[in-house]
Amino acid sequence: MLRFLARRLFFGLLVLWTVSGAVFVLFFVAPHDPARLIAGRLATPQTLALVNHRLGLDRPLPEQYASFMGRLLHGDLGYSYYSSAPVRELLASRLPVTASLALGAAALWLLVGVGVGVAAARRPRSLVDRGGTVLVLAGLSMPTFLVGLLLIYFLFFRLHLLGFDLFPAGGYVPLTQDPAGWAQHLLLPWATLALVTAATYSRLTRGSMLEVLGEDYIRTARSKGLSESRVVYRHGLRSALTPVVTQLGVDLGTLLGGVIVTEQVFGLPGLGQLAWQSVTTQDLPVIMGIVLVASAFIVVANLLVDLGYALLDPRVRPA
Amino acid sequence: MTLTAPGQAAADAAAVLPGAVRGRGPWRLAWERLRRDPVAIASAATILLIAAAAVAAPAIAHAVGHGPDDQYHDIGLTTAGLPVGPSRQFLLGTDNLGRDLLVRIVYGARISLLVGVVATLLATVAGVVVGLLAGYLGGLVDLVLARFMDMVLSFPYLLLAIALVSVFGPSLTITVLVIAFFSWAAIGRVVRGQTLSIREKEYVEASWSVGSGAPRVMFVEILPNLLAPVLVLATLLVPTAIVFEATLSFLGLGVVPPTPTWGGMLSDSLNFYQVAWWFPLFPGLALLATTLAFNLLGDSVRDALDPTAGRAVAGKDR
Amino acid sequence: MAQRASGSGEVLLRLENVVKHFPVGHGIFPGRDTDAVRAVDGVSLEVHRGETLGLVGETGCGKSTLARCATRLHTLTAGRVIFDGHDISTLSRRQLRPYRRELQMIFQDPYGSLNPHRRVGSIIGDPLAVHGIAEGAARKRQVQELMELVGLNPEHYNRFPAEFSGGQRQRVGVARALALRPKLIVCDEPVSALDVSIRAQIINLLADLQQELDLTYVFISHDLSVVRQVSDRVAVMYLGRLAELAPAAELYRRPRHPYVAALLSAVPVPDPDLAERRERIILAGDVPSPINPPAGCRFHPRCPKARQRCVDEQPPLVPRGGDGADHPTACHFPLEPGDDLAHAHAGGDLPRMARSNP
Repeated sequence: MLRFLARRLFFGLLVLWTVSGAVFVLFFVAPHDPARLIAGRLATPQTLALVNHRLGLDRPLPEQYASFMGRLLHGDLGYSYYSSAPVRELLASRLPVTASLALGAAALWLLVGVGVGVAAARRPRSLVDRGGTVLVLAGLSMPTFLVGLLLIYFLFFRLHLLGFDLFPAGGYVPLTQDPAGWAQHLLLPWATLALVTAATYSRLTRGSMLEVLGEDYIRTARSKGLSESRVVYRHGLRSALTPVVTQLGVDLGTLLGGVIVTEQVFGLPGLGQLAWQSVTTQDLPVIMGIVLVASAFIVVANLLVDLGYALLDPRVRPA
Repeated sequence: MTLTAPGQAAADAAAVLPGAVRGRGPWRLAWERLRRDPVAIASAATILLIAAAAVAAPAIAHAVGHGPDDQYHDIGLTTAGLPVGPSRQFLLGTDNLGRDLLVRIVYGARISLLVGVVATLLATVAGVVVGLLAGYLGGLVDLVLARFMDMVLSFPYLLLAIALVSVFGPSLTITVLVIAFFSWAAIGRVVRGQTLSIREKEYVEASWSVGSGAPRVMFVEILPNLLAPVLVLATLLVPTAIVFEATLSFLGLGVVPPTPTWGGMLSDSLNFYQVAWWFPLFPGLALLATTLAFNLLGDSVRDALDPTAGRAVAGKDR
Repeated sequence: MAQRASGSGEVLLRLENVVKHFPVGHGIFPGRDTDAVRAVDGVSLEVHRGETLGLVGETGCGKSTLARCATRLHTLTAGRVIFDGHDISTLSRRQLRPYRRELQMIFQDPYGSLNPHRRVGSIIGDPLAVHGIAEGAARKRQVQELMELVGLNPEHYNRFPAEFSGGQRQRVGVARALALRPKLIVCDEPVSALDVSIRAQIINLLADLQQELDLTYVFISHDLSVVRQVSDRVAVMYLGRLAELAPAAELYRRPRHPYVAALLSAVPVPDPDLAERRERIILAGDVPSPINPPAGCRFHPRCPKARQRCVDEQPPLVPRGGDGADHPTACHFPLEPGDDLAHAHAGGDLPRMARSNP
């Protein structure tokens, strides 16, 4: 078991290293000039040279990479070109926002997606199933920002006109400060992020459950006299969840994309918004920091997914 | 032991299968199923309609009399400077700069369909080739390629897409390439899996025993068996590509304005939805209709090619 | 086929101590294989031109693997394969290609051995395309001639395998094997997957073709009665090695190896009276795993005549007790006339502990 974890960890670090290298190379391959962005368009060549020197951008490439890696291993992520703030602080201040958003949405889509999927599988071709299918297909087709827009329009604007201010359309309230406010402000963002993904999961669960429920061992369980819900949840769901777990691994990877868009639409000061800003200002240290955090998150998430497999399916457990 | 005359077997065959029935391969059967599926017909019709509108965009602009980038400050905006609603002059209303929304939507269809289809084609070809090679050759090649595909799939793709686009500058080519780059691995992984299992089949062995080399086995024996799942995947990949492009345009990283894109229009409408409901509605509907149609079509194609997939076992329905 | 004289004596295919092991790896890093499935563990055979050599054995004895070694669909772990005087043991796939014209194979599964997405005419014409023999209309004509030859309607050229019955699909497989006019065809259980009533048709077809086209067959099956019908000589395999080899009639009349005798006693006899009177030799236990076969003679844990020597020493395949050179047996204590195995017990004289059981 340890061997298995070690191998996955090693591979994860490899990914991190590759990704960071890729970003680094990318940044230097492309035409760029953060110095000019910082110093402003009217800066004289001397000012530019000074800024370049201060940022260390006039040193040869391998040297820059080496010093960057060296600092990284000490936990120092450098300073933002744009705001001169330490990157680590920037990331730390925004992480809770993104974490709240991402994890809450994930919980929501798993609950809703799997729940709807199981319900649909239990009553194939019924109204629940067909209605669900239509909603699911509609949901699958919508980009995240469109969902956000619709939710804002109907649940915020319309209700606001009617006098109800139930669902705020922006801003973030820290959990520690006001739990109720925290949840309230995150309701629409969670729904936005979760709705589209829930559609995928309900479809996946439905298909998987249908296959599993048709197996012989389920028939045996039923004929043993077990209650239907026990058959479905205890025996059926366990095997049916395997493809769901696979999908979860993939989706955690693509989650950052949805986060960026959602934070943009709802004005949440999270990592997504920071990512967006730092890319447009070519703020390499910040970009690098975010990419590393995101990749680390993916690696950890995939590890957890693998552990999930082992939990669900004893056959998978490494000897 | 009695000898069976060669003609006897043929006569037996004629008795088993009515001679009048012409050979119908698996593709022909799938096509017939598809033809009878109302959902498939409806979605295909929708796609054709949108494609036709995209192709005829200049004609439509000419017919209505407004270009996609023409700003009509006097008749296209209210006295307060806000967009004008659907009217006889502007069938779907105007945007915040007084531009004809109908014309812009139709031109936006060009971008969406072009990017969606081309990116999907590129991704499909790349995915099939890499998946075939990895699955067939095995060994070190497979190890490297499979790991590479895993890595691509686990990249935070939107972030890197943003980085790429902002570094190289937004353009149509970059958009297509970026989307293709992040889509091919999904197809590649499936193709690899299928190839691995097909490779163990006896007819592949038979092909080797006849003297076929690797290229022949890959493209004549294995590839025909891949076409069905690849077709389904590709059809379902198109809406993903379209949504990806819309998202990039929404963030301002897609095609350069003032070229109309649905994502860009939706982004502009964010500040005006309270006073101009038509502004986000029509581009949104266009986007939704297109992606929904492709998704439904992909589903129907999947059902046509394999009617047994995803159904409860017969007899278990309540 | 059993009535014909056994060929001209010229050796067309020779297998020399062929060994094929499949590694079963446990380590994380590939290459660290601890165990191996010893599918074929030292088989030597000769196939004479014009004859039909039957190869019999239970499931898992390695006969299909041996077939694939002989046709070089597998790479050999050790040993040599010499076809028509040429050593093809270590040739690459490209180097093997010209030999494929002379050495062909018919496969067992009529449903799996034809690509469902290809038309039958295209499948049969494959060999012609690969070796560049004919193109276009000429190829089609040759394929249709082949179809007629095996008893298929040439007008069904464009049909898909799904539109044919099992027996017809096997005919397609035969046509494909014949396309290049080979000298030797290895038939890997060609009728096992067919209905009994169809088997006779296919066997007759193969017999006719052998006469017409001067073919040599290696006929593999687990069905003893089928093998007896078609073979000139028969070889019996057990757990990767040959147990006995003899002309067909002699093997069935006077088997030497206890395993072969037991097999033969299990063959169903049509006459109910005869069947009742016959004593069945029941072998105890299952066939051991080829990953860890018994030491010495592989059959000793189940053999009613086993003794200590059987555990210590692997018996060579040589003629025993006055038999001719064409009837070698791999047994230390072959059957003599008068031996009664039906009432002996497994393990023979060996005490339980001395037998090496996996």
